[in-house]
Amino acid sequence: MRLSYYPGCSLHATAKEYGLSTRAVCEALGIELVEIPDWCCCGASSAHSFNRTLSVALPARNIAAAQAEGLDIVLPCAACFGNMRKADATFREDEKLRGEIEEMLSFQYSGKLQILHLLDVICNRVGLETVRQRVVKELTGMRVAPYYGCLLVRPPEVCGFDDTENPTTLDNLIEAVGAQPVKWSYKTECCGASLALIQPEIVEKLVGEITEMALEAGASCIATACPLCSTNLETRQSVGLPIFFFTELMGLAFDLEGCEKWLKMHLVKTEPALETLQGGPSECDTMPDNKK
Amino acid sequence: MKKIGVFLCWCGSNIAGTVDVDKVVEEVSTLDGVAHSQSYRYLCSDPGQAIVETAVKEKDLDGVVIAACSPSMHETTFRKTVARAGMNPYRCEIANVREQCSWVHRDAKDVATDKAIKIIESVVEKVKLDEELYPNHSALIKRALVLGGGISGLKAASDIADSGYDVVLVEREPSLGGRVIQLSRTFPDLDAARDIVLPLMKEVAEHPRIKLLTYSELEEVTGHVGQFNVKVRKKASYVDHDKCTACGLCIKECPVEIPSQFDLGLGKRKAIDVPFSDAVPHKPVIDAEACIVFKEGKCEACRNVCEPQAIDFDQKEAIVEEEVGAVVVATGYSLHPKEKVAEYGCGKYPDVLSGLEFERLNSPTGPTGGEIRRSSDGKVPKELVFIQCVGSRDQEKGVPYCSRICCMYTAKQAKLFKQKVPDGQAYVFYMDVRSGGKGYEEFVQRCQEEDRTLYLRGRVSRLFQDNGKVVVWGVDTLIGKKIEIAADMVVLATAVVPRSDSKELAKKLRIATDEYGFFSEAHIKLRPVESQTAGMFLAGCAHCPKDITDSVSQAGCAASKVKALFAADELVSDPMVAYVDEDTCVGCEICIVACPYEARILHERKKVAAVEEALCQGCGGCVAACPSGASQMRNLTTDQVLAMIDAIV
Amino acid sequence: MQVIWQGETIPIDFSLQEVVNRRSGQQIQLCYHCHKCGAGCPVASFMDYMPDRLFRMAQLGLRRQVLSSSTIWLCSACHTCATRCPNDIDVTGVMDTLKEMALEEKIKSRQKVAACFHKAFLANLRRFGQLHEASLMAVLKLKTLNLFSDMKLGMRMFVKGKIALFPKRIKGRKELRKLFKEIRRRGKVPEESC
Repeated sequence: MRLSYYPGCSLHATAKEYGLSTRAVCEALGIELVEIPDWCCCGASSAHSFNRTLSVALPARNIAAAQAEGLDIVLPCAACFGNMRKADATFREDEKLRGEIEEMLSFQYSGKLQILHLLDVICNRVGLETVRQRVVKELTGMRVAPYYGCLLVRPPEVCGFDDTENPTTLDNLIEAVGAQPVKWSYKTECCGASLALIQPEIVEKLVGEITEMALEAGASCIATACPLCSTNLETRQSVGLPIFFFTELMGLAFDLEGCEKWLKMHLVKTEPALETLQGGPSECDTMPDNKK
Repeated sequence: MKKIGVFLCWCGSNIAGTVDVDKVVEEVSTLDGVAHSQSYRYLCSDPGQAIVETAVKEKDLDGVVIAACSPSMHETTFRKTVARAGMNPYRCEIANVREQCSWVHRDAKDVATDKAIKIIESVVEKVKLDEELYPNHSALIKRALVLGGGISGLKAASDIADSGYDVVLVEREPSLGGRVIQLSRTFPDLDAARDIVLPLMKEVAEHPRIKLLTYSELEEVTGHVGQFNVKVRKKASYVDHDKCTACGLCIKECPVEIPSQFDLGLGKRKAIDVPFSDAVPHKPVIDAEACIVFKEGKCEACRNVCEPQAIDFDQKEAIVEEEVGAVVVATGYSLHPKEKVAEYGCGKYPDVLSGLEFERLNSPTGPTGGEIRRSSDGKVPKELVFIQCVGSRDQEKGVPYCSRICCMYTAKQAKLFKQKVPDGQAYVFYMDVRSGGKGYEEFVQRCQEEDRTLYLRGRVSRLFQDNGKVVVWGVDTLIGKKIEIAADMVVLATAVVPRSDSKELAKKLRIATDEYGFFSEAHIKLRPVESQTAGMFLAGCAHCPKDITDSVSQAGCAASKVKALFAADELVSDPMVAYVDEDTCVGCEICIVACPYEARILHERKKVAAVEEALCQGCGGCVAACPSGASQMRNLTTDQVLAMIDAIV
Repeated sequence: MQVIWQGETIPIDFSLQEVVNRRSGQQIQLCYHCHKCGAGCPVASFMDYMPDRLFRMAQLGLRRQVLSSSTIWLCSACHTCATRCPNDIDVTGVMDTLKEMALEEKIKSRQKVAACFHKAFLANLRRFGQLHEASLMAVLKLKTLNLFSDMKLGMRMFVKGKIALFPKRIKGRKELRKLFKEIRRRGKVPEESC
């Protein structure tokens, strides 16, 4: 399978482990990622808080660049995914705006490219059966709280690949890699997103509640599919609950090379969650993080 | 020698689990008068009943005691059973050994068993003295009286008449139509109100089975269900309606103009006039208080132009007597007067109207021909404020209940206003929007969305006149801030209240009212169209505030009840009523005063008390009141009760 | 009709509602204040006005109060409100429209940092094409004079290799700047600097 790839700005920096684990897992599953040439930032939450045309034009520029390759686009970041889907939908609904942006960017919108989140691609296009077959070391004993956050599931007309109030894609994936997804009620509660840099106490409160509820549900860690959620959950919590990207869990289960590298990048020690893993130590067990 | 059969029910384990049924059956079989004693697991079942039936037939029993659950459960069932076997059902009695024995003595089985025996013994003694009773048959006059010619009364009368029964319809106003004919358009379809009620009015007026008495009031009702004697007072209209051709010349010639009651004082009428242009019957009536002929002895302009010589200033009131078997009370409602609402102008501001007054303004037959204009200066209002809950939900200064129709008609009125004044702005002050009927919520949403009517949540504190505008002080709780509107017109949705004379009417009819004056139903869920008095049925807003849909439904239901009553050939009533031992009665008349159903009279010739059996409800009040013991209940005489006590003690 | 807002008498003005509706594509007067939005909003307790109250104020034309509220800037765009609204109002979309309008009319908010953050972000984006977090943080710290918060966190992240010292400049930077300029030319887009 070949897909155009839009990593998003944070995958090179604050969510570097997500970028690395995504590439490794996709390779393992036979997905060839063709990075969109010269892609630009999609505007995240700032563009839509500033100007509507800009918030559609920035993702449109990336869609335009991907049209040349003609492949469906896969995005690991939930926010970028939401933005691009929204822009795509706007192109279909608002003829006037589409005309203006096509003019500004000198392209013709083809409307043929599907815009997909990585979780959707892995679980629905590749399929959980394939994932299960690739698992070498089942993550038995790991109790993972699947955290979807906002933009993977809302608004339903934009995202469209899972139930809005009780999604199960990530739950099923966690099960497929042998871990146990816990049932908890904060699956889709907001982490506060970019408010971390605007009014951090809000994010502290929201993250505090999310981690508390995960612990109450008996989780030893949280799995996410969005770099901003992950950063917020790691940096604004106070209970030492490990946060993983779902691709990292897959990497551990597939026993991929380099997963120790990803785990070292976390700001919250990941060992406590991995201790519950049965089976002997492997190259994937982390060393204690003594760089505080 | 009485041959009484005793049948003890196990009721599964409800009785048998506590009471030693075998012992009871054995003990009871030895009682004097008992010819058969048996128990069975579920006596009320088909096989159980068959056992009773068979025993009655085979052993020729003339009395039966069913020792089982409470009589309120199965007394009727077992009486039917023994009747099928040919025994008089009133000699079948229930001995309650469940609710009054096994269920309350679960821990004391011996006590329960002994008590059960005692209970059965006492009932056996009662049955020994039971008379064979037969239901009362009395005459049933298959004619109905409908009070009120509004939509509820019209519907009830029409339904009853269509089923082949005669109807007398009494309406106090000169025309039929009630409140609906005063409206302009109705929710949720915005049909013209006259299109709804006028066909019904015409149908009733022309129906061969309906005797129409308009401009008449109920004077007196005596009698009981199946046979009411009714006196109706036909008011003097001073116009011979048989001669009148409705040419209208008299109205044209009349020099006197008075405020029109139909238009709620907003319009005028002549001293001789029809109440409105579509009146049915379309015959004029003279208002004696306004007519110069009566006041000063002059004029007679109308008589001079009347070709058929229909005007008769000497016409007198007449009393019409009718006999009917049932009465439908559909006398409608009144509105909380805006004059009573001091903070909203005390009724003194011409541009502050009630909801019904607004309807008159909006009607093509109204004082402005359907144009919405201010009463003060005739200008078209641009800023119109509607205030809901005026007097309703107000236990301090109004009525605590919700008047049910105001939220809907206010939304409708706002929409009708915008249809006529497209550049106007309507505001509605509300507490809630109650729109539960079919299509109602959607209608209210449309009113808000299509016309940009601004709904402001909050009660208006006061309004006052200022420079030709009416200033309204309210709050919008949705922003939590005070609001001030300089309105051109204000419409108050005043509370729906009973008519001022409803309690008086209730006394005449001998039906109950609630604390507000609305007539009371027999059971709010199961019997909403029957009053507590047999033969008196309720329909429409006389019962409680409701919209046209529910009024018509209720009227149809009341008509069905009347038809069901008339379906039999005679009126059959329960014989377990009071009776008088004439030898003992001294004619002190205490029982007559004590009876709440007015079922006791003094026999004219014998000067002793007598019971109107059709009215007696068997409450026993007279028995308790009677000092000489002459008043007794059939099959519950003092002797019987004493015999029961003796058996126990 | 007038609203009395803290002693100030404000005549109502329905034109604000028309503008907001047109620009957002929503019908805010459909709101019947069930408060489902506020009840599920993660940040509602920090806002000065709940979303439905803000819409009501917009409906009545209380322009200054609406556009200076902290509500619009604290919205985290989680879309919980829009998803659950029984009248299908895209509350998040309306918040975006209100932010745009506040910036255009240069109305300062009670929430002082948000607008500054978004403008700094976009300035950074326009300069490099892909976000350079380090320089964004530096700019923000200077602008808000909030120099020392998150220092420790920043250091930890740097040590883990999560902070790129140098920006990744895209090749199409010039075209990107042209895009920004063109968008500004077509609409009333304010300056990105704050």
